[in-house]
Amino acid sequence: MNARVELRGVRKAFHEDRPNVFWAVDGIDLVLPAGGVTVLAGPSGSGKTTLLTLIGCLARPTEGRVRLDGRDISGLPEPFLAALRRQTFGFVFQRFNLIRGLTVLDNVMLPAYPLGPPHRALTRRANAALERLGIGHRAGALVESLSGGEAQRTAIARALINDPAVLIADEPTANLDTALSLAFLDIVSDLRAEGRTLLLSSHDPLVREASVVDRAVELRDGRVVADHETRAEPAG
Amino acid sequence: MTEWRSTLARQRYLLDFTVAAMKRRRARNLGLLLVYGGMVFLLASVLFYTGALKHEAGLLLAEAPEIVVQRMVAGRHDLIPETHAETLRRIRGIRAVQGRLWGYHYDPVVRANYTLLVPPSDDIAPGTTVIGPALARARGAGIGDVLSFRGHDGALRAFRIQAVLPQESGLVSADLFLVAEPDFRALFGVPAGQYTDLALRIPNAREIQTVAEKVLETLPDSRPILREEMLRTYDAVFDWRSALVLLPLSGALLAFAILAWEKASGLSADERREIGILKAVGWETGDVLAMKLWEGGLLSLLAFLFGTAAAYWHVFGLSAPLLAPVMQGWSVLYPAFRLTPAIDATQLLALFFLTVLPYLAATLVPVWRAAVTDPDEVMR
Repeated sequence: MNARVELRGVRKAFHEDRPNVFWAVDGIDLVLPAGGVTVLAGPSGSGKTTLLTLIGCLARPTEGRVRLDGRDISGLPEPFLAALRRQTFGFVFQRFNLIRGLTVLDNVMLPAYPLGPPHRALTRRANAALERLGIGHRAGALVESLSGGEAQRTAIARALINDPAVLIADEPTANLDTALSLAFLDIVSDLRAEGRTLLLSSHDPLVREASVVDRAVELRDGRVVADHETRAEPAG
Repeated sequence: MTEWRSTLARQRYLLDFTVAAMKRRRARNLGLLLVYGGMVFLLASVLFYTGALKHEAGLLLAEAPEIVVQRMVAGRHDLIPETHAETLRRIRGIRAVQGRLWGYHYDPVVRANYTLLVPPSDDIAPGTTVIGPALARARGAGIGDVLSFRGHDGALRAFRIQAVLPQESGLVSADLFLVAEPDFRALFGVPAGQYTDLALRIPNAREIQTVAEKVLETLPDSRPILREEMLRTYDAVFDWRSALVLLPLSGALLAFAILAWEKASGLSADERREIGILKAVGWETGDVLAMKLWEGGLLSLLAFLFGTAAAYWHVFGLSAPLLAPVMQGWSVLYPAFRLTPAIDATQLLALFFLTVLPYLAATLVPVWRAAVTDPDEVMR
């Protein structure tokens, strides 16, 4: 499980070729070493989410390069990007983005469908992920009946189903109270201990100042304004 | 082998997901199924019905004479004398010539035309008749009852019903009124030695055309009508009738088609978001398209099966109550009978491709458009 992410001169424009062009990310150079927890901090509109989408292959940069373990992934064709999203990056979206009408178990198994693994093995893996996150008893429940904390754990289980090296979470505590936010940080700590790279965006001080965080990168107007190592527990 | 299994498993997962997705949008899919199935039902009903009628007509004509010869006077059909039959018997290639007597009679009681006919075999006694099932129904008459008509001279002539033809005897027997030769001649004033037309039997099919030419040469005032021509006329008539049904229906069909297209091609915000999520968690554009292909395929296949099954039941089980008034019968008296199932596989296949493929295309195009865009919008 090893994934070093490197960004060189990355820029991302919206409404390109129009008078109202907007540069959400405006020239970022950043290296995220394999393993550890990095938090992208900054006010709303600072470019945190856009940067996460560029790193996680959900969008392509307008300029610059994104490299994964030295390989340029910013110009890869769509099927290769999909494969990276499926196997290297796991996403936990701010609003969780679970598919309504499906059970917790079905939602968790979704990213594995294109790989066509044996059904029994996949179900076992999904159930194990849910057990580990403490919501195994909700496996058969429809996702619309879940509480905020349960929905987030379901989203984490879904992000981990293909055992990705990098877990990306966008504003993971935005919809959680303090107790649930602390519970989330415990999960982050466990995943960090497994050697995964965790990349979170947050403007929640609880997350930024958590002991599990190795590094905080402060963004403003699409640029890095501060980048500092924080005190972190030793991984593993 | 492993790859093959994995591909199969992948398709199974996609199919499972599709079925779950269809269940989630139950009302929309049931509505689509209903509209789409209804469209297939209407088209298939007309198709089955026309096919079965043509088949029936073909069976009837299989027994018909190879050539019928009529006499023409001033461009109109006139009675043909026995002497013409004698002349024709001398042409090589003709095995038999038989004079036929038939005509129409308007009955003001039921405001319908009957077809009066002298059968080739002499088994109807003078003063009696055998009638078609629709005629019996219209007059409320049965065996032993007496039907009377006014003849050409105004005199009333009575006929006792000897038998009623069976229901399944075919399309054109519905309004038949079979009488003995002397009765026919007396009723219509047809003199002895004169016939309505002549039926020719020609054993060698390859000689029919040549014989027809010889007939025309020998009897310039005659018009030979080939069985093949009659078959073509039947086909043309039934095709024309099916067009007559389809024409007013086409407006409704078009409205249905537009509705189905609109329903199928418009992606709701919910569906668009779902596609974004699937792509974000690692589904490829191909996976999303395959899933939607399953959805469109299942829906259109179900609609096709329901539509054709309902049309089959409507046409061959219920005798097509929705189409019968336009499509069948030669007069006011409609035959009541069950059509023998006769389905043209090519036409059915054409219907399948004309209904299923456009639907699949309508479904896939917007999905493809949504699936090829970057999935980053779901992050917002």
